[in-house]
Amino acid sequence: MMFWKRFIGVFTARNLEFLRDKESLSWNLVFPLVLVAAFAFLFDSDDRTIVSVGVVHEAAQEQVGSEHTVRVPELESLGFVEQVPYTNREQALRRLQQHQLDLVIAPAEQRYWLNESSPGSALAAELLTARSDAYTQEILTGQALRYVDWVLPGILAMNLMFSCLYGVGYVIVRYRKNSVLKRLQATPLSAFEFLLAQVASRVWLVIVTLIVVYLICNAIFSFVMEGNYLLLILLAFLGSLCISALGLLIAARTRSEELSRGLLDFVAWPMLLLSGVWFSLDSSPMWVQQFAQIFPLTHLLDAARAVMFDGAGLVEILPQIMILLAMTLAFLLVGARLFRWIGDGR
Amino acid sequence: MADANPAANEHIILSTRGLTKRYGDVTVVNQLDLDIREGICFGLLGPNGAGKTTTIEMLEGILQANAGAILYRGKPVDSSFFQKVGIQFQHTALPDFLKVTDVLNLFSRFYAEPMDRNELIRWCNLEDILDRDHRKLSGGQKQRLLLALALMNDPDLLFLDEPTTGLDPQARRNFWQLVRSIRDRGKTVLLTTHYMDEAEQLCDEIAVLDEGKIIAQGAPRALLNQHFHGALIRLPRANFLAGSLPPVFAEAEAQGEFYQLQAEAVDTTLAALIASGVSLHGLQVESATLDDLFLKLTGHELRGE
Repeated sequence: MMFWKRFIGVFTARNLEFLRDKESLSWNLVFPLVLVAAFAFLFDSDDRTIVSVGVVHEAAQEQVGSEHTVRVPELESLGFVEQVPYTNREQALRRLQQHQLDLVIAPAEQRYWLNESSPGSALAAELLTARSDAYTQEILTGQALRYVDWVLPGILAMNLMFSCLYGVGYVIVRYRKNSVLKRLQATPLSAFEFLLAQVASRVWLVIVTLIVVYLICNAIFSFVMEGNYLLLILLAFLGSLCISALGLLIAARTRSEELSRGLLDFVAWPMLLLSGVWFSLDSSPMWVQQFAQIFPLTHLLDAARAVMFDGAGLVEILPQIMILLAMTLAFLLVGARLFRWIGDGR
Repeated sequence: MADANPAANEHIILSTRGLTKRYGDVTVVNQLDLDIREGICFGLLGPNGAGKTTTIEMLEGILQANAGAILYRGKPVDSSFFQKVGIQFQHTALPDFLKVTDVLNLFSRFYAEPMDRNELIRWCNLEDILDRDHRKLSGGQKQRLLLALALMNDPDLLFLDEPTTGLDPQARRNFWQLVRSIRDRGKTVLLTTHYMDEAEQLCDEIAVLDEGKIIAQGAPRALLNQHFHGALIRLPRANFLAGSLPPVFAEAEAQGEFYQLQAEAVDTTLAALIASGVSLHGLQVESATLDDLFLKLTGHELRGE
């Protein structure tokens, strides 16, 4: 089949380029390692100054929006206690186990849960029992979810995003500008074969890079991992596919390296700040959370963290998978439609 | 139109009728009619900016013409054209970090029936540079690699856009030798150049372009014979007694150390000079070149613009 022969040709050439570019290759590996290490040492202490209490009200689960306004009246007067609403008890208890909540209270059932392994949890329990003895105590244990555990998927996703956006988008524009694309156009190679090979090469190289980085970091920090590694690899595949397609879309026409760099930055930086790479969006304003839904990285990270910290299975992350696939398809269709070998300005 | 139905002539491999390209208000190529016979080396000659590259890129199928038709073997060009022809651009680049052998692998995978690899390597003299990064090749080596890529599918028709621009004289001669060997295998070569010596050395037929129009077309020798008779005779001024030119050299112009005369019949003029006792020591006889032809046709120089 000529299609596969030509595809393999471009795929192989692109892989060689990536692997022989020693400087970029080592940067791709070293940069995430350095970041993970930096975050591990900079943020190793839990510096929350307030007490976080999860308030579970499962009756609200059926309601639209699944938010509830139930409060624990005994703690209402204490300004330093934050009450976080939960409609899913399992989720709240997992947060408690991972030390992200100090206490979980279900006012309707008159029960509360504390984590024996967390000093903050004992303190929060003291606060509650000093004000009311109506609650029944339940005891959990669980080691803290460190910030480095939480930020790891973010750093890997950031690496994935930059590698795919610039490794596909910027490279295509550079090849258009210096006429590599013009030379390829003058062969039977089709645009589809060429673009598919670019994306495929980048996707598999990114996945290998991420696995290597994860294994090295894991040997040092032994991360929390409640779920299935294959699901994480599936997510890395879908995420890199989606963001490579976005790179293609941005690089579809322009011959200007400056313009494409600007466009790529314009997409990359908001994603880096608002997709939950560095901090959870849970306590951000609603409009920020809604705005963040337009970024593929948000969905990728939601799913990856659900797998890693909540042990989510394929069914639980299906919505994110569908969204990533839909975005990929949209980027590819529009990008392929807009693509020009030689580009504008000729 | 010279030939209303070029398809009738089976030996025409590529022809154009009324080929026109405009950028905005500027007409770069204006109503071009070309018929390129199979198996020859055809040169598009002209100064920089004459429309050579625009023309050849329209013929290659890279640029869209605004008007006119391009026929390959009498039929409009279709999507299989890139399978049949070989193209070497004037400015081109290859993917970074690839060795010569990787580049050959890449391009050989584009074609259903690529040329035998070893034969191609021998033909283009690539044996010694196979493991070299293509970005570290000399100008001549790079042109030979690009030529090998253009020959990869063993094409019937080969486009070369300014193939020797920027090469040193030795590399140019080597490249000419290669182009001759390509034509000797029965392939048609269409090249652009602004070197008149290249056109004279290589081309069986030329079309001289100026400002997007063909101003002369034919075999280089025939064109020169058509426009120039005789030769330019130059003799050192010292050969003549001061202030006394013989009648046969009466219309000669002084130029530097020489008197020069455009003579219709070289042998008669020389015989008359000898008869009048002028020494022929330091004699130069120059035939007209394509440069002279271009100057005559347009009133401006071929090179140096």
